[in-house]
Amino acid sequence: MRRPTLADTLTAPAEGGHAAHHDPGHETNTGITNEKLGMWLFLGSECLLFGGLISTFLLYKKKLNTFPGFENTSIVKLGRNVFDIPFTSVSSFVLLMSSLTMVLAVSALTRDDQRRMRTWLLATVFLGATFLAGQVYEFTAFVKEGLGYTTNIFSSAFYTLTGFHGAHVLIGLVILMTMFARSLQGKLRARNAETLEIAGLYWHFVDVVWVVIFVVVYLIK
Amino acid sequence: MALVEREPLALPTGAGTGVAIEPLGVLARPRTKDGWRSWVTTVDHKKIGIMYGAAALLFFLVGGFEAMLIRIQLAQPNGTVLSADLFNQVYTMHGVTMVFLVIMPMAAAFANYLLPLQVGARDVAFPRLNAFSFWLFLGGGVFFNSSWLLGGGAADCGWFCYAPNSGVAFSPTHGVDFYSVGLQLAGAASLIGAVNLIVTVLNMRAPGMTLFRMPVFTWMQLVVQFLLLFSMPVITVALFLLTFDRSFGANFFNVEQGADPLLWQHLFWIFGHPEVYILILPSFGIVSEIIPTMSRKPIYGYPFMVFSGIAIGFMGWGVWAHHMFASGIGPISVAAFSISTMFIAVPTGVKILNWMATMWGGKITFNTPMLFSAGVVAMFTIGGLSGVTHAVAPADTQQTDTYYIVAHFHYVLFGGALLGLFAGMYFWWPKVFGLMLNDRLGKVHFWIILVGFNLTFGPMHILGLQGMSRRIQTYQPTDGFTLWNRVASFGALVIAVAVLVFLYNIYSSWSSWKKAGRPNPGADPWDARSLEWSIPSPAPEHNFDFVPEIHAQDDFWHRKYGEDDKGRAVRIASTEDIVQKGDATDVHLPSPSFYPLILAAGLPIIGYGVIFNRFIAIPGLLLFLFGLFGWAFEPATEPGDHAEDGTHGGTGGDDHDAAALAAPGNEEAHVG
Repeated sequence: MRRPTLADTLTAPAEGGHAAHHDPGHETNTGITNEKLGMWLFLGSECLLFGGLISTFLLYKKKLNTFPGFENTSIVKLGRNVFDIPFTSVSSFVLLMSSLTMVLAVSALTRDDQRRMRTWLLATVFLGATFLAGQVYEFTAFVKEGLGYTTNIFSSAFYTLTGFHGAHVLIGLVILMTMFARSLQGKLRARNAETLEIAGLYWHFVDVVWVVIFVVVYLIK
Repeated sequence: MALVEREPLALPTGAGTGVAIEPLGVLARPRTKDGWRSWVTTVDHKKIGIMYGAAALLFFLVGGFEAMLIRIQLAQPNGTVLSADLFNQVYTMHGVTMVFLVIMPMAAAFANYLLPLQVGARDVAFPRLNAFSFWLFLGGGVFFNSSWLLGGGAADCGWFCYAPNSGVAFSPTHGVDFYSVGLQLAGAASLIGAVNLIVTVLNMRAPGMTLFRMPVFTWMQLVVQFLLLFSMPVITVALFLLTFDRSFGANFFNVEQGADPLLWQHLFWIFGHPEVYILILPSFGIVSEIIPTMSRKPIYGYPFMVFSGIAIGFMGWGVWAHHMFASGIGPISVAAFSISTMFIAVPTGVKILNWMATMWGGKITFNTPMLFSAGVVAMFTIGGLSGVTHAVAPADTQQTDTYYIVAHFHYVLFGGALLGLFAGMYFWWPKVFGLMLNDRLGKVHFWIILVGFNLTFGPMHILGLQGMSRRIQTYQPTDGFTLWNRVASFGALVIAVAVLVFLYNIYSSWSSWKKAGRPNPGADPWDARSLEWSIPSPAPEHNFDFVPEIHAQDDFWHRKYGEDDKGRAVRIASTEDIVQKGDATDVHLPSPSFYPLILAAGLPIIGYGVIFNRFIAIPGLLLFLFGLFGWAFEPATEPGDHAEDGTHGGTGGDDHDAAALAAPGNEEAHVG
């Protein structure tokens, strides 16, 4: 569906519609298309969003251990002991693998190999959804053990941080499924491989952030 | 290019184009080119800029009214105009309105209108996102102000809304909820706008417009957009935590549970200090355009101007805790932030000196824009100097939360930012609307506002050092604050008169222009230097007939003036000969769209849902999703859309050299 980008339409006044079929990125000053540069900038901004959330979590993790009257209370233990590290390690692995399948999907699209592209795209969606299902299961298990969203400062920070990440995964899934639908309509071709690549950028970012969250939340004692 | 067959142009009525228009989205493509419909569906950066400006002016009157209430209340001891509760709400709303709904959108108005013109582009990188930014900002602003009616009282926690004062226990009305959700919306708008404008400046410059040939205004706005890009997510986090605390019972600021109220302060000021530069740098950019133009000299030390702006942008991230010297952050932090705060005065001082050096020896015309610019230089210097006194931590602990602070930030934000924005309005008014604002009334406006401003905020230095706390509802006759409070309140009245003069100037300039048969001020009424003056006034819808080729900094000036052997400027070409005619007819422009407005309308409804009842959020969510997918499947540009300006008959636009037109981007990348 290669929509004509603005760089196409705006900078080539006299050529009528022909400009729309130029190489993407050829006309911009940086050589990067507007869409891709915009995504990079947005991801830069997202770094600070997660930075703020992670800092909040770290502060309150430490705080709860030292708050007078709260040392070694059941609430602190609750926060420490509910984590199921092997389970979360597996779901983290699943999410990381979805980055691989995403790369394979983009690569297949550049060769206009529709069948493989759809396969890998579906695999990415499946892996991402598996991760999300794991998170839902994990949250439910924690709540059953008594660690609710409002239980203490640790739990609020934990659910907010991981919940924000989960919401990002969910948005990624919607984007990927939209891409899949477009490909079924025959509107995702090799010449719009960059659209999928940009969606991939977002997806990889969400994965990388999870690596940080996994280390900070689950692995560091 | 000869008269090759072209598709007929869409007529203003939208009828009879002869081309079958297939609506690719769910809604038919909006076709109106004038009337209010063309404004709500527009994606033109110039119309969006004008709407930003109009909305900011409207909110300026609201915020100004709130300021007047504060000054009336404090005009005498034991004032009874406002109750203590109402007073809290009024100063909070005044602060938030002026910062987020006046100065930021007014700066965004200039950025939207001017950045594409100054770098030689036809629009911003993502025109529909640009429209979305505006509607989202407007929605956020209206949402925030609707708390007066719907919230059971407005926010009453001060513009920085410290925890735990912002909690339900101390602020039980919905005011703070409106604050957090409203700022969230306006913040998202700023963030999207920042992405858009950065991509525009980095990617869409005309051939030869290298980064270090860009006007200083463009540079300062670029720095501002980067600051927005990285500071907005931090306040987003803070506001989410606040919303979750208040609406969902989270414990982020629940001190009984061991939460740390300093978390809010840190998050707020990590955003809040870059925000200070977000507010002032656009004004610095405006002044840096006006002073060279009116002094008929190039800006003195262009690289220093640019790099000091960049330096401010970087250092602005390392000074936030100077807002917290009295919060108990420890001696090492205080010392470190004290030193970094003193350092940031250096690049600012560089700018002040460079403006003065630009004026030095120039042939200065003291018209209204220049007077306002000189006012910025002088008033901002006073505000900057009192700012340096805050950097001295022992002194600051005495000044914290007194009127001395109020005096300081009004000198930088009113004397610096707002006067600069007024300067910009007088300067670019002819470019935007095709008519000049009356210069005599402008000068009256300037002198009244300068006197009123100093009468209002000058005495606050004294009040602060006498020990008058900010944000107190009233004081006693025995406190000794009466005299200077009277002076300040009188000054506020003078400012109000000045604002009325400005509004009258807008009206009377317009009506006498209409009576005189709408004379056009010409493309270049100030004999200026940057690209926006090389196209007709008001700027045509398609901006440039052909994309200009840039050979130097101040390229437009150098096409008008050469140098004689003594180095004096001599005219080498008349302005009429080199300005573009504005009559290109074959320009593809992004098509108007309903979806930005629909998408933006959904979000405040979701906001009401978060505050009152989750069911209210459902129609908002549906509207949002409808807008989102309609947007995604609607192409940015309809195949048959052309610019509407100029004559259609085959004169003008068609005889340009096709080869020059066909060299849109750059054969080589011109990255600084």
